Amino acid sequence: MTTPSARPPTGVQQPPETLVYATWLTWGARVGFVMLLLGFGLMVLGVVPSHVPPETLPQLWSLPLKDYLLRAQMPTGWGWLALLPKGDALGLLGIVALSASSIGCLLAVAPRFWRQGDRGLALMAWAIVGVMVLAASGWLSGGHA
Amino acid sequence: MSAWSFVGEALPVAVAQAANLTTQVSASGWPWWGWPIALFLACFLMGIVAVPAGIGGGTLFVPIVGSFFPFHIDFVRGAGLLVALASALSAGPALLRSGLGHLRLALPLALMAAASSIVGAVLGLALSGNVIQIMLGVVVLAIVAFMVLAKRSDRPVVAQPDAWSQALRLHGVFVDGSTGQTVAWQVHRTLPGMLIFLGIGVLAGLFGIGAGWANVPALNLVMGAPLKVSAGTSGLVLSLVDSAAAWVYLNRGAVLPMIAVPSVLGMMLGARIGARLLTVLPAATIRRWVIAILLLAGLRAILKGLGVWP
Repeated sequence: MTTPSARPPTGVQQPPETLVYATWLTWGARVGFVMLLLGFGLMVLGVVPSHVPPETLPQLWSLPLKDYLLRAQMPTGWGWLALLPKGDALGLLGIVALSASSIGCLLAVAPRFWRQGDRGLALMAWAIVGVMVLAASGWLSGGHA
Repeated sequence: MSAWSFVGEALPVAVAQAANLTTQVSASGWPWWGWPIALFLACFLMGIVAVPAGIGGGTLFVPIVGSFFPFHIDFVRGAGLLVALASALSAGPALLRSGLGHLRLALPLALMAAASSIVGAVLGLALSGNVIQIMLGVVVLAIVAFMVLAKRSDRPVVAQPDAWSQALRLHGVFVDGSTGQTVAWQVHRTLPGMLIFLGIGVLAGLFGIGAGWANVPALNLVMGAPLKVSAGTSGLVLSLVDSAAAWVYLNRGAVLPMIAVPSVLGMMLGARIGARLLTVLPAATIRRWVIAILLLAGLRAILKGLGVWP
């Protein structure tokens, strides 16, 4: 990603839906990063034991995914939730929170678009949420795992 | 207990624990915690050079870590998506508030790319690691060619917006921080742009790389958005596309926190420092170095995939 230096607005007020999206994104990302740090800290410091002990990872992380899953006996889909509060499952919580943070933003702005007559954009925002929910659901099969 | 007696009792225990840890070494001869630390440092450096080089950290991550670290490419791609996602999420709010990241422009493009990124991710996890390495190497070499040859236009002239652009009101205003000018803009060729993003999404999901290198030229040269709006909106699109693809990798079990989290932290910390050093770092020299490293990583990926340089 090429990111230009973003400066605060100087004279141009952004549309309300943009500011709503920005606010939700700010808080969603903050919550995600805090969860990421906490979960990883608990895992790496050994405060809670991990399903796959960290010292065994070097023998596993060079394996293809399907072999890793077999050897580590790691569940796929949302099966990792059953491993909570194991350290590696806690490490995944923050990652899930980051991946989900845009869903709240889209759900917050879509009704605004709809009310102001931008129905096409509202439908697109809901469609993106649908795509993410589909991806998150685990219904999409395939792969070699 | 005095300080000295504490040291006398605690130090041997700590040394013994450290010795125990260091005996748990990987096949490479490193202790298990050596790789996450090396990954953090490598990502920290990538984050510093990414900003002056004008390339996303996510684009650097997969080829470099995939080529020079012992992790399987499946886990590297899962972590790569999160690196690109975390960078996009942290930059997103400021870009939106400044008008450089345009929500209305991002939504139709993100819809196409998010849907196709899922296809790319599923496809990528179905292919063997060697095939992915070869394809990744080819794409990285194409990115290098793009970096060397691609032209950019600060403010393309869009005489007439197309029907889609008018219907969705894909236009805006931003203040150019470098000149202080208020710049009004509009876009055209909306449908071709959306189709290009369909392809970009497949690449993002397939390889787990940030796609800013492709987003920005598509927005700038095809759709006619100003360069700064293109770069800002690209970040917003990435935050949505990489979220969708990341869910597939998460569901398939291809995200290891021990690889992903040090990468995200190193890259974000490095990017902050890189942004602050932007005015003092020799950007042209760094860009040449980054191109050289990417060239090496691209060739290495191809040779690794072919089994010539495993």
